[in-house]
Amino acid sequence: MQDFGEAFGLAFRLVLSADPDLLEIVLLSLRVSLSAVAVACLLGLPLGAAVAIGRFPGRTGVVVLLNALMGLPPVVVGLMIYLLLSNAGPMGWLGLLYTPTAMIIAQSVLITPIVAALSREVVEQLHSEYAEHFRSLSLSRRQAVAALLWDARYSLLTVGLAGFGRAVAEVGAVIIVGGNIDHLTRVMTTAIALETSRGDLGLALALGIILLAIALSVNAAVMMLRVTASRYAYA
Amino acid sequence: MPEAALRTVVPVPRRELHVGDPVAEARGLTYSAGGKRLVDGVDLRLPADSITVVMGPNGAGKSLLLRLLHGLIPPTAGYVFCRGQPLSPELRKQQAMVFQRPVLLRRSVAANVRFVLRVRGDSSRERIEAILNEVGLLPYAHQPARLLSGGEQQRLALARALALSPSIMFMDEPTASLDPASTAAIETIVRRAYAGGTKIVYVTHDLGQARRLADDVVFLNRGRLLEHTPAGSFFEDPVSREARDYLAGRLILS
Amino acid sequence: MFSSATPAAAESSVLLQSTTSTANSGLYDYILPMFENQTGIKVNVVAVGTGQAIKNAQNGDGDVLLVHAKAAEEKFVAEGYGVERFDVMYNDFIIVGPPQDPAGIRGMEKAPAALARIAREEAKFASRGDNSGTHKKEMALWKAAGTDPTRASGTWYRETGSGMGATLNAAVGMDAYALTDRATWISFRNKGGHEILVDGDRDLFNQYGVILVNPDRYPNVNVEGGQRFIDWILGPEGQAAIAGYTLHGQQLFFPNARSAGEAAGQD
Repeated sequence: MQDFGEAFGLAFRLVLSADPDLLEIVLLSLRVSLSAVAVACLLGLPLGAAVAIGRFPGRTGVVVLLNALMGLPPVVVGLMIYLLLSNAGPMGWLGLLYTPTAMIIAQSVLITPIVAALSREVVEQLHSEYAEHFRSLSLSRRQAVAALLWDARYSLLTVGLAGFGRAVAEVGAVIIVGGNIDHLTRVMTTAIALETSRGDLGLALALGIILLAIALSVNAAVMMLRVTASRYAYA
Repeated sequence: MPEAALRTVVPVPRRELHVGDPVAEARGLTYSAGGKRLVDGVDLRLPADSITVVMGPNGAGKSLLLRLLHGLIPPTAGYVFCRGQPLSPELRKQQAMVFQRPVLLRRSVAANVRFVLRVRGDSSRERIEAILNEVGLLPYAHQPARLLSGGEQQRLALARALALSPSIMFMDEPTASLDPASTAAIETIVRRAYAGGTKIVYVTHDLGQARRLADDVVFLNRGRLLEHTPAGSFFEDPVSREARDYLAGRLILS
Repeated sequence: MFSSATPAAAESSVLLQSTTSTANSGLYDYILPMFENQTGIKVNVVAVGTGQAIKNAQNGDGDVLLVHAKAAEEKFVAEGYGVERFDVMYNDFIIVGPPQDPAGIRGMEKAPAALARIAREEAKFASRGDNSGTHKKEMALWKAAGTDPTRASGTWYRETGSGMGATLNAAVGMDAYALTDRATWISFRNKGGHEILVDGDRDLFNQYGVILVNPDRYPNVNVEGGQRFIDWILGPEGQAAIAGYTLHGQQLFFPNARSAGEAAGQD
């Protein structure tokens, strides 16, 4: 228990002193995970919406698959991307291994299924409400997807948040493809892993507390946004 | 207007309505579900320039008929025609529908109209404002649509339908859950739309409303078309026993 | 998105595959800036388990390999993945354990004998169990002690399959003995009550080797930068830097590079 107290104190001091190393890894964590969320939304939202309103053979199978892929273990994703980007692998010529870009790629792969599966659920629910009206307007599939995605924007914000939460908290993928290189590819989770392996549990815990605080703030911000939105019946 | 004209043009038999080129037509239209025929072999020809009111007890198939004519659901058997052609996606785009409960997007009032205009037509600010003005909703342009009162929401739904400049507008009990003032407002807009050249097909339970609006009446019971007559003769002297019972308030359920 | 260049591909940086224990000791934080000051070349370190470091280098995902698993290193070169192996420095292993020392090994001079006593008393022992250099050294010592502890795996012999830090965390948490390199131990921040119980045995000697990844196999290897690093670390400045690194007043690594041209065998 005293470890926790110590850790809180240390976390406070680190943040207040604006420790430059801490700032660096926090900013990199945010950069990597937010970029991954952006990519995952770009790919996953239209995919989820298309599956939501689509009627095609094997649809149930696709839905089940998307839901299952939500549980992709990060370390497995990291390994697969490493094998892809390694100099001994097919995409080695891109020279992306051990860069933040590789980390973004790995996390994007990890959270795109989450975004797709959850947005499918959200959009499907909304679609049942609008289906008749859209049919009356003879909307094309593309128009319907665009309309649904915008109308569901606040719920989809929560979906993006779920993806962000998964990305910013994982260590298995980024440590393999990023290499946890100091000042280059070290993020909060890999730094925590490092300090733990050094036995510096106090520092590891402090970093963990800071990570939690960040995740909490992002969540709180989105929640406030949604409360405002529902007041306008936009959510 | 049409009612008066038909009155003087005797000797049209009471059961027949002079339709001319029908704007919408059903031939042998049937819809079955769960082993039951919910719309049963309906032959119907709707005149182009009238307000047709569809009436009948609960479960008679009125809403279904509207949806079949608008192509929202495919018939089990029979055909639907629009302007003499089989109903196609192109022809459907000339129609609009207003539902009993307005389905508004989670956006502002103006954005709801803009959405429809973008799908089909000119989505300029002037046009949006003109449309909102026609239904008296311009002051609410930037308010969240779903926060409007029931009557205002339905007016918006109507505005959206009219924004499509449809040649036919199907309306499924649009004022069923509204207060008299809102109902009157909706009826005014409907009549104005009709005067502007839009064919109206209107389902209602409200006899008073039917009397106010109808040029001709389609009466359904248990999925079958029992009569299609000019409004005046329908209300004064309906042909079928069921219609008589219905008008007397004795036939509630199909 | 492609603005961050590969460490290995950029002319001014070298990618070094090394082990967690070496990196955790803080050695690289001390000597690499010196190298960078002198040459302008940045060295980026990927610190993973020995096996993974070697595998990464085998995949060509690095320019230089620096680990402490001599047999594996020689195999690496023999199979054509590396150019040549050189001794660079050594440190030593120690046996640490709980202060109450249930197996009574404190101060023993011979490590295999100490391990034999641990096995006999069935005192808890935390092993890395991950085929790392440390683990291989540990297995060699058990062999010298004439015991196979893996038969007792899961009882008094606990294989964590993890790095040195994680294993030490486990050892401290379980009141178990463990074999660790001195550098990691000195810089380890979670010692609990554990103490160094056995050290100084020649058998506990831990040799580090450095190898350039073979550019014939992987043309993108930064040969110029990598070779300069190897030359530096084997040369007088690098060796002095290694010797100059101390933690809590103790020198952790002892440079022992031979001058170029001599055989790299030493034990």
